Formats: sequence, structure tokens, C-alpha cells
Amino acid sequence: MRVLIKKGRIIDPSQNLDCVGDLLIENGKIVGIEKNIELKDDVKVISAEGCWVLPGLVDMHVHLRDPGQEWKEDIETGTRAALYGGVLRVACMPNTTPPNDSPEITSYILKKAQEKGYVKVYPIACITKGQKGEEITEFGRLKEAGAIGVSDDGKWVQNSEVMKRALLYAKHFDLAVISHCEDINISQGGQINEGYFSAKLGLKGVPASAEVIAVVRDLILAKETGKSIHLAHLSTKEVIPFLKWAKEEGVPFTAETCPHYFTLTEKEVDNYNTLAKVNPPLRTEEDVEAIKQALKEGLIEVIASDHAPHSVLEKEVEFELASPGMIGLQLLLPLSLNLVREGYLTPLKLAEYLILNPSKVLGIEPPSFKKGSKAELIIVDPEKSYVLTEELIKSKSKNTPFLNKELKGLTKLVILEDKIIDLTQPGV
Amino acid sequence: MDLKQRHLLDIASLSKNQIEEILDLAIKLKEVLYRPIPKVPTLRGKLIIHLFYEPSTRTRFSFDRAAKVLSADTLSFTAKGSSIEKGETLLDTVKNLEAIGADLFVVRHPVAGAPHFIARYSKVPVVNAGDGAHEHPTQALLDLLTVKEKLGRLSGLKVAIIGDIKHSRVAHSDILAFQKMDSKVYVTGPAPLLPDPKEEKYYKLSEDSFKICLSLKEAIKEADVVIALRIQKERHGKAIIPSFQEYHEFFGLKPDYLNLIKPQALLMHPGPINWGIELSPALEKYPFQVILDQVENGVAVRMAILLTLLTGGQSYEGAN
Repeated sequence: MRVLIKKGRIIDPSQNLDCVGDLLIENGKIVGIEKNIELKDDVKVISAEGCWVLPGLVDMHVHLRDPGQEWKEDIETGTRAALYGGVLRVACMPNTTPPNDSPEITSYILKKAQEKGYVKVYPIACITKGQKGEEITEFGRLKEAGAIGVSDDGKWVQNSEVMKRALLYAKHFDLAVISHCEDINISQGGQINEGYFSAKLGLKGVPASAEVIAVVRDLILAKETGKSIHLAHLSTKEVIPFLKWAKEEGVPFTAETCPHYFTLTEKEVDNYNTLAKVNPPLRTEEDVEAIKQALKEGLIEVIASDHAPHSVLEKEVEFELASPGMIGLQLLLPLSLNLVREGYLTPLKLAEYLILNPSKVLGIEPPSFKKGSKAELIIVDPEKSYVLTEELIKSKSKNTPFLNKELKGLTKLVILEDKIIDLTQPGV
Repeated sequence: MDLKQRHLLDIASLSKNQIEEILDLAIKLKEVLYRPIPKVPTLRGKLIIHLFYEPSTRTRFSFDRAAKVLSADTLSFTAKGSSIEKGETLLDTVKNLEAIGADLFVVRHPVAGAPHFIARYSKVPVVNAGDGAHEHPTQALLDLLTVKEKLGRLSGLKVAIIGDIKHSRVAHSDILAFQKMDSKVYVTGPAPLLPDPKEEKYYKLSEDSFKICLSLKEAIKEADVVIALRIQKERHGKAIIPSFQEYHEFFGLKPDYLNLIKPQALLMHPGPINWGIELSPALEKYPFQVILDQVENGVAVRMAILLTLLTGGQSYEGAN
């Protein structure tokens, strides 16, 4: 079967390509890109005029909540939300119940993903057993079971000796090491950013130092061990000078942020809005601007959603009791497109941050339009405006401050090898 | 008070006018407390439920007394021995108590924003009787009433607050309340217990009406009102302060400091007092110590609030 995508803006960061043209797929594989391809017989033609044609997004920071918290999300619903967000590969964090610290759980996730998943799932296992920060997990056996990286996401490995051991040991197995940078001694009990709103709401604030101290420690360990560290969900302007320092020193590291950190400020938590409670907390306008600048300068090179579903049971409660986090798989692209609209990133650069760089961090072959690659692509209308209703959200949980807000940018069609999935049609 | 204001959740959302109206009504109502039979039938048939998720003596009894003087029925709920121990959520508790027939909730809760959370879902008025480290608005109102009575005005004063400013809901409400009445507020205490400089912007209602002082002397100098706060032993005190003796020595209020404040300046404390820690026992005899007046005014202020929220502040029956 042949599929011809006509007149799309074709963006492929794996080949540094950004052009308008036609893309031909045959038997689920990319045949080529030309200015103009004319075919008559035996071809399905898809018009992509005014749209972008991209390899599927790679979201390296997702909570699928499976096993153990399936009332919030499961592998089926989480990957369905991913599909609708144009995310065709997700790496899922290990803070499940029980935490993914064993080959058995890693295998369970992969098996279920194979049976029920809409997109590819790459499990991330714990750095330490039970995420307790004490003993490192069986990296080798986890890798063999299919884990792609390790992280104690949600918790920082406080003991520097343990973290150093993890970095060194991860070298054997080529595992990505991902750190949730938060010095818990400082942030303990913290609910929101320390500042105007922590005073206004009488909630304990989390200062930037909680993030900065953790980032600096991790960079120093990366430097000492020579093993790259991936810094998850950075939120403050205070970390930026240290990222610059690390670049200049040649410290092996990569840095990530999430759409909410370059879109929203602490103002969202006013009136004890638990939908805006997230860890690290939303910061100030200055921080938002600094994160955008860091993306522009390439100090932060990965954008991930930190998709964190919670049901009303965890969100319609007193603020201090509410769980932190917001869903993000279907928000990743529309919110990130603002960076292009505001001139911080070119479309190609954005594609790099959403597709190529996370693939590199995880050590996987990125989806690509190179000749012979399996078709794994999305067609996006970057100008499409719509209101994010509960109905449109494909996650089990609807916890986002963007609920019923207007968004711009929609994934309309997905091609996965020989499957063509039209997301604008009901009942995929 | 504005009828649109269905709840009393914090000082932050009250205007100067609204505060004045509550105080004026409280002054009028106080007379009832001195009658041979201190009771008026105004709130007869109304059910006030005290939802106390945290221990309290003064505040709970004060609200209860206020309700009963106005002839309301009251039910008291304490976290211990209730369904909360069976895992009932706050929201369900509130819905159930509404079904039982609550006309108003008085809420004391260890987490900030709990009364606001209840108010969002409740069909009846909610009064905040202290939420976490956020606010304690009725305490601030009774502080204002006491100062107004004793000094005859609320504007142009210098008010010093000493102690754990960062975690004190009383301090947070007082800081806003006195500034709203056009007075200045200076706060002091051990630096780890003072607001972060980034938080200052919120507390400062106008350019020079609020100051965070490291020096106790600077804070109380020429003060008209000195409010000492309880060191919350059970919460933060112990870990942050090296010892209570040291606290008393460097941050406690002692007779030697009295020459710094204005003659006839008021000394207040929201209670309960740790004598020998934040206040020298010698100060019990200080003539302008008005701590028990505060307690008495608490009843009057709470009567005014209940009356306002349940009847729109109409004149109470049986007034002279």
C-alpha cells in the first residue's frame, strides 16, 4: 500500500530538514521526500496543506500509574492520551504501586503495553530499591527486562554516595540516569512557590534553592563520574547560571523542562486551586522568561510533559492534602508551539526538543523520515484553535488548569507503519 | 456588612468599611453581655456547627458563647471520635452536616485554605476560626476592637508583633488588619521565623506601613501596641529555636523594654501564653496588659459576625 502526504511542511530533526513538499510511504516505510510527487494508481493521498508533518513526539517524562493506581490512569488510557497528543513514544516513570524497581514490574508494563497500548512504551526503573534512596536496584536485570533508564522521580536520591554509585554502575548498561532535583530538607512540607502567594495563602513555600542545590550536586557528580545526568523538569531561573557553568566545563548532562514551567506562573494557585499544584511548583514571570531563554540558548534541550494524572479523589480536597501534578500528554504540543509563535524556537528546533533530543537521552533510535525508516509520523495543524473540554481529554483523569481553556495546535492524523489513524474521527 | 460577602474567610478579603461595620456592631452587642440575663433571641432556631479539626479552648468556647447569647443552637465536632477517624473526607463531612441542618459552619483546621475549600462547596456561611498557618480573622478583629476601645482609634498607630511571624495565623491576620485601618505594623522575631523577603510584598499594603525588623528594639520603639505571640512549641519552635531560655533572653518581652514603648502602650497576646518564654511573668502586673479584655471582646466580635452572616446584620431583638 502506498500513502502520499501532499504539500505538508515536513520537519525532521534527524536530518535537519524543514521544507514544504510531499512524503511517500510504501508498505509502512518511508520512501522519500520530494518537492512534488505525482502518483496515479494504487495510492492513498492525504493533503497536509497548512499542516506540519513530523516524526511522532517522544515524551520522556510520563506517569502511566500502572500498576497500582489504575483509578488515575492505566497503560491503555495513558497511551491513548499520548496518541491524541501526537506522542508516539512515552517513557514511563517508576513511581507506581509498587514502584518499578524489579524486572517483573518492568516486564508487566511492557507486556501490557504490547497488548493494550496505543503507542510505544519505554519503562524507566527506579534508581534505588523502593525509591528509598538507600540501595541501587538491579540495573543489569532491569535493562534486560526492557528498562531504558533509571530515576527515582518524585524523589531525589539524597545520599550523594548512592547517587554516585548509580551513575558509575549505569555506565555498564547504557542506562539513562534521570534526576528529580529537589533537596527535600528544604522543600519538606512545601506546597507552592515561596513568595507572594505562599504568604497570601499561608502555605509553606518551596524556594528555588531546593532545586538549585540538587542540580549543582548532580552536575558535580556527573562531572566526577563522567556519566551524563538528565535533569528533569527544571523550573527556576536560579539554576540557569549553573547549567551555563556545566556547559562551559564540559560536564555531561541534559536538561528538561515542561510546558507548564514556560507557560504558567504561581498565580494559578490563587484561591487554593489544586489543579495548579505541581512539583516543582509553578514559579514567577521571571522564572518563566528565564526558562524560555534557556530553551532558546539550548541550555535546556528537552521538553517533556511530566503527565501526572490524578483523580478528583486526590484533587478535590484541601490544598495541602492534594497530590501534586497535572496531565500533559495532550498539552505538550499546543503549549510548546507557543515557543515558536513567540519566536524563542524555530519549528525545527522545537521538533529537536520534542523528538530527537529525548530519543538521544534515552539512547533509542529517533523516529525519522530517512529513507527506509518505519513510518511513525503525525500531521499537525498548528493553527487549529479549540477548547480543551473534558470530552477531548483522553486520559482517565482531567486534572489540568487548562481544562475548558482555549488551545492552539492539534494533532489530526497519525501514521504508524501501515496504520492510518484519523484523530478527527470519533472512536479511534 | 455587604450581603454579598457570604463567608468570613480572611482579613485579606475584607475592606476597611466592612471591618468598621463589624466592629461597630460588636460594640453595640457587647452591652448584652452585661445584662442580668445575657441572652437575646435573635438567632433562635439557627444551627451553628463548630467544625474543629484542631484543639482549641478559647476560640471554640468563645464562638459557642457568642452563639448561645444570640440563642442559636450549637453542635460541636472535634476530629477525635468522629467519622474522620473512619476516613471520611472533609467534603463528605460538610455535606452530611449540611443535611443535618447546619445554618453556619465555624471551622478550625490544621491546613491552610480548608475553610475556603468548604466555602466553595457549602450552601451556608463559613467562618474561619483559624486555618493552618494562614489566617485567624476573628482574632484580628477582636484585637482591633480591643485597641479601639482602649486607645480610642485605630489609625496612625504603630503596632509591634513579636515572635513566630512566619507560622502564626494570628500575625498574618493582624498584619493586614492593622494596616487596613491605616496603622503601621512592625514585626520581629528570630530570623528563621520571619517572613521571607520574597513574601514581604504581600504583607506590605503601602510603602511604609509594614516592616520586618531583626532588632526587637527597633520594632517596639515608640509602639502604641505590642503583640507577643506564643511560640508554637508543638509545631516549629523546638527545631528552629536553640532553646526556650535563649528565646526568652533575646526575643522575649521583659520589663526592661517597657521604657522603649509609648507610655500607656497596650500589651496584647492571643493566648495561650507561655509565661517565661515570650512574656516575662513580671509583665502580668503591667497596667496596660489587656489580654483578658481581648478574650471578652472575642465574644462580642463573634456575635457580630454570626449576626451579620445569618441575618445580614439586622438589629438584634431585645436591644435597649
